[in-house]
Amino acid sequence: MNVFAKLTLTELRLFLREPMAAFFVIIFPTLLVVILGSIPAFREPSEDLGGGRVIDLYVGIAVVLTLAMVAIQILPSVLATYRERGVLRRYATTPVSPLKLLGAQMVMNLLAAIVATALVLAVGRIAFDVPLPAQFGGFVLTFLLSAVGVLAIGLVVAAVVPTGKAGNSVGTLLFFPLMFFAGLWTPREVMPGALQKVADYTPLGAAERALNDTMTGHWPAAISVTVLFGYVVVFGFLAVRWFRWS
Amino acid sequence: MTVIEVQNLRKAYGDTVAVRDVSFSVERGEIFGILGPNGAGKTTTVECIAGLRTADGGSISVLGRPPSSRELRRLVGVQLQESQLPDKLSGREALELFSSFYPDPADWAGLAHELDVPLGTRYAKMSGGQKQRLSIALALVGNPEIAILDELTTGLDPQARRDTWGLIEAVRERGVTILLVTHFMAEAERLCDRLAVIDRGTVVALDTPAGLIAATSQEQVIRFRPSAEVDPALLEARPEVRRARRQGSQIEVTGTGNLLHAVTSVLAVNDIIANDLRIEQASLDDAFVRLTGRSDSGE
Repeated sequence: MNVFAKLTLTELRLFLREPMAAFFVIIFPTLLVVILGSIPAFREPSEDLGGGRVIDLYVGIAVVLTLAMVAIQILPSVLATYRERGVLRRYATTPVSPLKLLGAQMVMNLLAAIVATALVLAVGRIAFDVPLPAQFGGFVLTFLLSAVGVLAIGLVVAAVVPTGKAGNSVGTLLFFPLMFFAGLWTPREVMPGALQKVADYTPLGAAERALNDTMTGHWPAAISVTVLFGYVVVFGFLAVRWFRWS
Repeated sequence: MTVIEVQNLRKAYGDTVAVRDVSFSVERGEIFGILGPNGAGKTTTVECIAGLRTADGGSISVLGRPPSSRELRRLVGVQLQESQLPDKLSGREALELFSSFYPDPADWAGLAHELDVPLGTRYAKMSGGQKQRLSIALALVGNPEIAILDELTTGLDPQARRDTWGLIEAVRERGVTILLVTHFMAEAERLCDRLAVIDRGTVVALDTPAGLIAATSQEQVIRFRPSAEVDPALLEARPEVRRARRQGSQIEVTGTGNLLHAVTSVLAVNDIIANDLRIEQASLDDAFVRLTGRSDSGE
């Protein structure tokens, strides 16, 4: 096994040893779908949603939730803790660059989000007849683009916070407004027009809209893709500029 | 053969000059100590040598290479002060993972056995001594030619500290050159072949521990209880003796050079036996105080 695979496996083990984190990333989004799907009205076509069902929307929102969990809640806190405790410096003294550890941590988070997403889609399909993404290729590409964008945001948070605790707090502070615009409390489709416009420019709002488009068989709107690319470029650049090893 | 060469090293953080002018060289196979009060610039010096910081001035050569050389990451093992591991990583996982970083690693299981690293214990559950031993094992797992150990025994209890010293000597037996940063006198005196004493960013002395002691303190004191009356003037007649005086039932003799021989020969001539004889020699502690003008190394 090469070093990167070994690092990723080690990070994955460490992740699974934090039961709370593993629960919120892997189980919680699916649990949300199960709870909302248990409400009969949410399984009925709604006129407000143009004949769609609430549960159909929430499967997409739960997918965005998995990304927010790994990138905004987990990544900044883990990486800031690694820096605070000298783990990154420790790697810097070995032949393996701490960049590889950073990469392994991101790949591990991406894998966790993929597993969580597969679980959300499977339970949505089996329990509540939510169709699998009709534009499947588009869904995968949009998912990956969104993942890279929010992971870049998580990296920037990890870069600017002084400690792991601060990383956790800032992550939580960001999590609620970002998930609000992704429609966790009020789906985008029933948001007032002005709020919708704002949501379209937020990372998770854009991700939710784009994923929802692919789930209903379309390619995502140009604006969503542009916004997501923008986050990748801007936050990727800032992460590279600001990230410190010690 | 010189393995580390530091010349006129200088490093500042903003307006604060951490290292003003440090030069020394380390020979293959020796244990070289860097001793100094807290904030003297010891850690900054070794971090520059380990390639973790870039010097502002001067030159450093490690095994003939600049400190930034990628190859040195393989040839130099580093144990950093306050460098930890993830809480839930076990000793076994840490050693196995780090050994996979090197092309020709040591047998990590053997190393763990030798250093008594608890393999099944997670990092957060390890005692201070166990963490320190794991940290040393990780510095050695790549079979390095040089090991840099920063504040190795800080925070260990006295027994664990002594065990660690034994371990360092065993590492040197394997042919590893050791650069040891410490502020414990006893540790420097026991382990180091040579020492650089750093204070306020400069090297104030560079010698063997015995040489440092000899160079900084000329006086010795001998105390004993004579078996019969002895006239201090008889002792003071010897050139080595600066002063001899009675203190209760004891005689205290202060002087230089081969003082013990001078005293015992005077006593022998006069058929006097010295009971409870004690020689007080200056320690590295005294040398340190004279060199740095501080009464304590900072702890």
